[in-house]
Amino acid sequence: MAGKPKLYYFDGRGKMESIRWLLAAAGVEFEEEFLETREQYEKLLQDGSLLFQQVPMVEIDGMNMVQSRAIASYIAAKYKLYGKDLKERALIDLYVGGTDDLMGFILIFPFLSAEDKEKQRIFIVEKATSRYFPAYEKVLKDHGQDFLVGNNFSWADVHLLEAILMVEEKKSDVLTGFPQLQAFKARISSIPTIKKFLQPGSQRKPVPDDKYVETVRRVLCMYYDMKAN
Amino acid sequence: MSGKPRLIYLNGRGRMEPVRWLLAAAGVEFEEIFLETREQYEKLIRDGVLMFQQVPMVEIDGMKMVQTRAILSYIAGKYNLYGKDLKERALIDMYVEGITDLMQMILMFPFSTPEAKEKNIDSIKERATNRYFPVFEKVLKQHGQDFLVGNKFSWADVQLIEAILAVEEKIPAVLSGFPQLQAFKKRMSNMPTIKKFLQPGSPRKPPPDEHYVETVLKVFKK
Repeated sequence: MAGKPKLYYFDGRGKMESIRWLLAAAGVEFEEEFLETREQYEKLLQDGSLLFQQVPMVEIDGMNMVQSRAIASYIAAKYKLYGKDLKERALIDLYVGGTDDLMGFILIFPFLSAEDKEKQRIFIVEKATSRYFPAYEKVLKDHGQDFLVGNNFSWADVHLLEAILMVEEKKSDVLTGFPQLQAFKARISSIPTIKKFLQPGSQRKPVPDDKYVETVRRVLCMYYDMKAN
Repeated sequence: MSGKPRLIYLNGRGRMEPVRWLLAAAGVEFEEIFLETREQYEKLIRDGVLMFQQVPMVEIDGMKMVQTRAILSYIAGKYNLYGKDLKERALIDMYVEGITDLMQMILMFPFSTPEAKEKNIDSIKERATNRYFPVFEKVLKQHGQDFLVGNKFSWADVQLIEAILAVEEKIPAVLSGFPQLQAFKKRMSNMPTIKKFLQPGSPRKPPPDEHYVETVLKVFKK
């Protein structure tokens, strides 16, 4: 029952990537089983390991956890990345909710037609620069601390860095005009566990490609007809 | 700073309804401000009180909270509806997230085209009866307790009763074949705070109608 957490998902980012980031940030080693065939997925269904018939699924502390938000909350609390009290937790949940919404626009990106991808890229950058980045820029400016919540490294910081890097992959100079976020990015990237995760050879997954999209569609028999926001 | 929580949203269910349910279940009185015009919404944005320019927003304990999940987690934690330890909280979170996925289909329903509406009802029925309800039927059957988690009333129970009633509004016989859920529905409906919330005159909002849809489109037009 003790032993490393085991992640069940595709060999790609999707909804599991935030969990990989969080475990890595907490310095927790984990194993992964990659879904490549429909048969593997059907076997998991038959075994009853997927509570709502979906992945991500993470075997951790004797539980088969599903629902990425539930999994991440558990990990954050277990490894003391969830603030010191209810109010700090509320702030962390609030901030993570925002970055989740932003990363949600990026999640569907690989599944779009070439034309819709261009529309979505513009949409992502617009939302990042007019809605989300200004909010976090202000938080950091107002308290002048290194971390988003309670002057302590938390899940909110990990999630924001992940979101920043993902948006930068769509537009490399997107942080122009956000000096606090630029400094934040440099600071959080140099935290030892995060620095390690950002190096080649870590379990961080690359930007999703056509092969990833094919695999997801084949295994789940879904996501054939996605539209831009 | 103390005083009742204050909910800022439209006069309808939408994403705020689970918050109304949870506060009511916890026996907490609250106030509401209803957005009716674009101007009201734009003023909130200018005042800087909506962190991501979105509602729901709840003023509670000196915070202006946004993000429904964050608001609900805070309320659940504050009023002891979140289990006794990390593992119970994990179960509650899993169950709530699953139910929320089902409720998302109901949330979007009023905004679907007339042609798509019948197909969407079929999808809701399919998901409810094949994916979500069987899970909770099994949970209740296996432990034989009154509540989903830890033999104690929690956020998960509130979310499930809300979902059951919402789905029944679309598919009245949806609980046939789910005897545990039928008993659960009855039990939860008889809990004093929930019973009160289910009576006319409570802050519970009616099913969304055309007027609600029009208001949403008017206030939030892109």
